[in-house]
Formats: sequence, structure tokens, C-alpha cells
Amino acid sequence: MKKVIGLVAALGLMASPLTQANTAITVSGSTSVTNVMEVLGETYQQLTNQTVEVQGTGSSAGIRAAKDGTSMIGMSSRDVKDSEVTADTKEIVIARDGIAVTINNKNAVSNLSKEQIAKIYRGELKNWNEVGGENRPIVVVTRDAASGTRGAFEDIMKLKREVNGMKVSAITSSAQVGNGNGMVKTIVANNPYAIGYISLGSVDDSLKAVSVDGAAPSSKTIASGDYSIARPFVLLIKEDVDPAANKFIDYILSEDGQKIVEAQGYIRVN
Amino acid sequence: MDSAMTTNTLKLPEKATKKRDWIETVFHLLFLGCAMVGVLSVATIAWFVFHEGLPAFQQAGISEIIFGREWLPPALFGIAPMIVASLISTLGAVIIGVPIAILTAVFLAELAPKWLANLVRPAVELLAGIPSVVYGFFGLVIIVPMIEVLFHIPAGNTILAGIIVLAIMILPTVITISETSLRALPSTYKEAALALGASHIYSIFRVLIPAARSGIYTGISLGVARAIGETMAIIMVMGNAPAMPGSLLEPARTLTANIAMEMSYATGIHASALYSTGIVLLVFIVLLNASLLYLNHKRSH
Repeated sequence: MKKVIGLVAALGLMASPLTQANTAITVSGSTSVTNVMEVLGETYQQLTNQTVEVQGTGSSAGIRAAKDGTSMIGMSSRDVKDSEVTADTKEIVIARDGIAVTINNKNAVSNLSKEQIAKIYRGELKNWNEVGGENRPIVVVTRDAASGTRGAFEDIMKLKREVNGMKVSAITSSAQVGNGNGMVKTIVANNPYAIGYISLGSVDDSLKAVSVDGAAPSSKTIASGDYSIARPFVLLIKEDVDPAANKFIDYILSEDGQKIVEAQGYIRVN
Repeated sequence: MDSAMTTNTLKLPEKATKKRDWIETVFHLLFLGCAMVGVLSVATIAWFVFHEGLPAFQQAGISEIIFGREWLPPALFGIAPMIVASLISTLGAVIIGVPIAILTAVFLAELAPKWLANLVRPAVELLAGIPSVVYGFFGLVIIVPMIEVLFHIPAGNTILAGIIVLAIMILPTVITISETSLRALPSTYKEAALALGASHIYSIFRVLIPAARSGIYTGISLGVARAIGETMAIIMVMGNAPAMPGSLLEPARTLTANIAMEMSYATGIHASALYSTGIVLLVFIVLLNASLLYLNHKRSH
């Protein structure tokens, strides 16, 4: 599969100079950012006739690509560590995405502290009455180990521990595992004692998002920093990057670009 | 006399025979080629899975993977809980599904009035055509809440839910093949049993079912293969927790669910560990088919 994708990409690269006089802006990295980036790229292409090539390879790979210069722009859906980049790499936050901690509509609990949520996911708090609810066991729902949402949630909630010198998840292994935002939603919507985390854009009437440390999740509270379970969508560029890439980023941060970000269900930064 | 006849028969159609031989060879090769498609596919899949999965076995060790009880990529790759979950869910589905299926097959082949058989048979056949994601959804909205109410547990996404869904899913395979093999029996078997004074039910259980045994076994083995290989429906109803299940009322993750859930993002040793999960699954299915072949072989002697 990877070979096929590589081959197609290579053929694409070979063919593009024939059809396009200008060089393409190459973007690669986080699969979460890819969704909104593809829409931005296509719109930009229609506006300026400038080709934008977007590849979803994962945040770590995107950061590395920007550092090595294999892509003009790298995408990351988590905070970038200083050790990952060189001094001449610029980080630009283009949007924010909230992770909502959701419970069933019938559950009376409406506010949890960050500490309580972390303890629930570690398996230390097992009953709703320990966090102000009725005397029923908590059904913990998480995402599969490879999910980007789970990665960001674990980073923010500090749900990591070390085994054999490698960082692994500290989420209790008896937690139910949902394969995608939609499945976590279905489980939580149907089970009065379930708790699960999903992308804020996916929350609807079938379940409710709890306030965390008193702040309800919304564009406002995330932008102000009151709601803390949020992750940035970061673009990385080298200072001496092709001016075309800088122009594209200016467009993303402009009113038109930010409108697209908002329409895709993410939180604008400008 | 003898030699004259042979030369005569050989000489006469010589030209025609040669031409026919050529056509024979072409068709022979065509049939051989078709037969090889299946063999080559299995061989390619086995080679690919082993090639991708062996690095994990080399790095983590065979016993660490097969007997390890913790699945924490990228540090620990124990799949023992998933092996247990796969075996128990399949076994449970067989225990519930096979008796229902065999009795249904007997009913269709022997007892049902024609109009009723014509109603039941298409229903069973329709069951075979329903996509597994629909079974999963049915399990998630009907069986899972039902288990929650019946057993007073907070979450019905359990092995039991998986067993029930799988038992329904293997029904059509086992019913269709068992019914066909019951119908294929010579009518003399039943006539002889009845003539000897056996009741209808007695002759069914003591004569017809034992006689159709080999076909019924084939049906069961195909059913088991479907149950152990089922993925989508299981992901939706079994909760997928990678912990060792303590009872039927706890969530668990099967081998297939583990591969399907994590393959899309996994890289490096993690991806390799998923392929090694596939190796274990492949070995299970080979063992299953081998033991069935052996059983049928032994019984036929």
C-alpha cells in the first residue's frame, strides 16, 4: 500500500512540471490537520492557480519533513517539542481543535475536574458517586491505541507511563475501545454510565459534553484557554522557505482562510 | 485378434485424437490454472503475513507475544487475552448456533410442510447476505442493551453479546450445508428405519443425522471459520478492551478486531506486531481445518 502511494506520488511529481509552470507547495503531516488543509489547498488553488499538494503522514513525520526540508510545510496536531525542530523553524498555529469529554444525557454529572477525568481513565475512580453522580460504576470508553485523538488526549491529561523505557498509555486496559469518533459517540449515547472523549466538532444532541474545571467546551473558552483539553493545529516552515508557501499561510490566516477553518468545525485563531 | 483390434481402434481416429489431445491439454491447463488461483492466494497471503510479522516475533520474542497479557504498544505486545477472546467467542457461537442450525436443517429437510419450508428457507438464505456491519449495528442497539437489563451490568458490550451475534451469523452456513447433506441421503435409509418400526424422530436422530455427519461437519467448520474471522460486527459489540476477560460479562478484544482497529495508523514494530497477530490467526485456522480433515478421514474408515 505504502509502495503504491509512493509510486502514485512519484508519478504525480513527474507529471506536475508538465502541466504546471509554477512549483507546487508541498504540505505533509498530521492526518487530523489534513482534512482542513485539503479544503484550504483546493480553494487556494482555484483562487491563484497555485498547486498545493497535501499528504497525511502523521504529526511526527510532518515535523521531521519540515525540519529536513522534504516538505515546504509540516503539519502537527500537537504541541511541537523544542528538541524536534531547529532554531530556524517557525511554528504557526492556524486553528485549534477541542476534545470534548462526553457523557450520556441521562447522567446528572455536569462538571469534572481535569484530575478527576485523568483518574477515571487511569481506572482509579470507578464509581460515579465518587465524582458527584449516582452510585453506579463508570463505563470508560477510549479510542484505539493508534488514534491521534487518543494521543492528544493522553498528552494533555498526562496519561502516560513508562514500560521498558518506552512511553505507553496509562489508560486502564479494561476500558472499552471505540473504533472512531462515531463509535465512541454511539456507545456513550446508548449507555447512561459511559464516559468518552471525542473531537468537539462531533458533539451533538445525542450526548452531552461536561465542563472541565468549570469551563464548558466552546470556541470562546478554548480560544481564551479556559477549556484546557484542546490541541493546536500547527504549521511548521523554515525561515528561508519558498515565498509561495508564505503566501499560502498568509491566506490561511486571512479572514477567508479562517472562515474555512470554522466551516470545517475547528476553532479559528484570528 | 487382440492386437488387430487395438491397431484398428488406434488407426482410425488418429487425426481426430491429436486435435482433441491439443484441446484436452488447453482445457486441462485452464482447469489447473483456475485451481491454482486459490492455492497461490493462500501462499501469497501466508508469505506476506509471515514476512511482515516475523520482526515482531524476533524483537519481542514468541512467548512474550503469545503468552503476554498486556498489549501496550510500542512496549508490550501480549496477545494472550485476544487469543482467549477469539477462542471463547467462537466456541460459544458454536455451542449456541450449531444445535439451532442442525435442528433447523432437519426441520427443513424432513418435517416442515412445504409452504413453511418455502418461508423459512429464503429467510435463512437472506440471513447469509446481510453485511456484518448490519449485524454489528443490530447487536449494538438490541443485544447490548438487552444484556445490560438482563444481567444488571453497566455495559453490555461483552463477550456474551459477541457470542450471540456470531451464533446468528453462522446459522445460514450451517443450516444450508446440513440441509443439503440431509437431502442427499438415499431415501432407502429412512424407509428401512421406518420399516423396522422406528419412529420418525428416532430415525432422524439415529439414522439420518449420523449418515449426514460428514456434510454437517463441513458446515460446522465453515461456520467456525466465519466466526473466528468475523471482524466488523465483533468490533461493534464486544467492547474491544485488550485486558484478559474474567467472565462472559466482560468486554474483550478478538485477534481480528485488534488487527482491524490499529492497522490504519500503526508503524514500525507496532504494525509488525499486528501482522504477527495475523500469523496466530492463520495458524489457528490451519489447525482447525487440519483437525477437521483428520476427523472426517478417521470416521470414513
